[in-house]
Amino acid sequence: MSSTTLQAAPPGAAPVPRASRAIGTGRLLPWLLLAPSLLALAVITGYPLVRMLWLSLHEYERAQLMGVPAEFVGLANYTDTLTDARFWSVAARSFGLMVVCVVVTITVGTLLALLLARLGRAMRLVLSVGLLLAWAMPPLAAMLVWGWIFDTQYGVVNHLLTAATGTSWMGHSWLIDPLQFFAVASLVIVWGAVPFVAFTLYAGFSQVPGEVLEAAQLDGASAAQRFFRVQVPFVRSIYTVLIVLSMIWDLKVFTQIYVLQGIGGIKSETSTLGVYIYEMGMGQGHYGAASAIAVLFTVIMLVISAYYVRATVKEEGDL
Amino acid sequence: MSLAPAAPVATAAARALRPAPPGAVRRPPLRRRAATWGWGLVALVVSAAFAFPVYWMLNTSLLPTDEIIGPRLHLWPDEPTLRNYGTAIFEQERSPFLPALGNSLTVTFGVLVASMLCAFVGALAVTRFRFRGRRAFVLSILVVQMIPGEAMMISVFQLVDGWRLLNTVLGLGLVYLAGVLPFTIWTLRGFVAGVPVELEEAAMIDGCSRGRAFWAITFPLLAPGLVATGVFAFLQAWNEFMMALIIMQRPESMTLPVWLRTFQQATRATDWGALMAGSVLVAVPVIVFFLLVQGRMTGGLVSGAVKG
Repeated sequence: MSSTTLQAAPPGAAPVPRASRAIGTGRLLPWLLLAPSLLALAVITGYPLVRMLWLSLHEYERAQLMGVPAEFVGLANYTDTLTDARFWSVAARSFGLMVVCVVVTITVGTLLALLLARLGRAMRLVLSVGLLLAWAMPPLAAMLVWGWIFDTQYGVVNHLLTAATGTSWMGHSWLIDPLQFFAVASLVIVWGAVPFVAFTLYAGFSQVPGEVLEAAQLDGASAAQRFFRVQVPFVRSIYTVLIVLSMIWDLKVFTQIYVLQGIGGIKSETSTLGVYIYEMGMGQGHYGAASAIAVLFTVIMLVISAYYVRATVKEEGDL
Repeated sequence: MSLAPAAPVATAAARALRPAPPGAVRRPPLRRRAATWGWGLVALVVSAAFAFPVYWMLNTSLLPTDEIIGPRLHLWPDEPTLRNYGTAIFEQERSPFLPALGNSLTVTFGVLVASMLCAFVGALAVTRFRFRGRRAFVLSILVVQMIPGEAMMISVFQLVDGWRLLNTVLGLGLVYLAGVLPFTIWTLRGFVAGVPVELEEAAMIDGCSRGRAFWAITFPLLAPGLVATGVFAFLQAWNEFMMALIIMQRPESMTLPVWLRTFQQATRATDWGALMAGSVLVAVPVIVFFLLVQGRMTGGLVSGAVKG
């Protein structure tokens, strides 16, 4: 089970400056040390993965939960899914939201990283604290606050728009119209994701040697050229990691969409993959069909992260 | 806590507090001063925008109900009241606050202790020993982190159900343990690998036993890594919502995030004041904690990724 819901340091964060030499060659001891982790992962991650595959190949509904034997149906759940227009609109929605969020997150994160680099000490602290507050907010509490900010009757956004435009926005619902729903969702997701990206890129840019930038300037490179020709290539690997991680995080958003739907979105028009699996499985009891979607979802995730995993393995050299 | 050179955890946020790197471009003083003020102003606006939801949560939680749902917008509380906190803590009859707090604390600390123990010995195994299957194990914990929990929820739910552990702290704790282990092992592995074995060997030449050499030399150098991964496990367990939603459905077994959701029901209007007070109770301790330890959180992604 992935634990990247918290937008913390990404996996593979700790550098390995030098391979430490093995001190033990005992056969049993390392396995003894690994036993607790292996047991937990095999039983609580490995088994459910296999079970997910098994469920996806069987007719499994509420009745089967009560003890009716599950019938093997081969790939029927998959063919049903792939010929279901609802699944495709959910998938398209998820990918659309992901692309928008990743592009905006990386762009804003880059701009803020450059801003951090340009500021004096005091203002840098001010901006850092603002970003840290957004980053530290627990996702669920954050969502409820955003729901209140955009509330139809008393939300501050409608208050401010009314004051700013002179026409009444009171009573305007931000969640009924799917497009506005996703605008709000994107805003919230980007708000939560930008701080980590900005800090990471800022740290990366600060490692670009000053001499190289000065040399580029002496050679007549404009600020934009210095950025795209010197700074970006220097931190290319960081960009790769950030983009892959952002894609994964934004594709599997659950809490944000689930809570916004609870406050006032229309489920059939706003569900993304994670929420859809929850709806189909936990909500309606179509465990087999939902598992087929879950398997497809997992495959998509692994394909997206394959490059990142390969790069990490290469980076580490001696795993 | 001083960072051992062996574990160069460069922290981005802390770096943000240091002076600008050399190579900042020279400009004529007057223009530069104007630009500095300009960028400072931009930073102030951006900072306020990012912090706004946190402020709005605090503000609303301190307002009396008639000001929250009145015609006029109250940007700050003129006469702050703690009544919303009373409502959130004592009048949420469907699912009370204190049991939810107890559940959250129990799960969080249980996961913290268990994951640190498992991950610590696991990280030792994969860094200090060479054995068949080691590479495969390390690779699989890397890959497992990419599998979305959202996809696993049905089979995990059925597994916990099969153990008769739904609505128990133990059931949710086990799910969280498996969830954080790959990341904690992976991260700790980097820290352990960063401590040269030679230090231990030198201590053993000086007459320490292997065990004593490890506890006296290597373990203190690992402290920052243990803190970083511990913080991660803690925040993960405290904040997690989706699994708690499906495993802890009974009012008395809810964790705080699930408890917060009970403020909104289709049948009646939301008490925004109480909901924001509840959010403050859940969020502010974490935010304070995060601000204190963030330096340990933003890992050395950069030092690892940038090949100078």
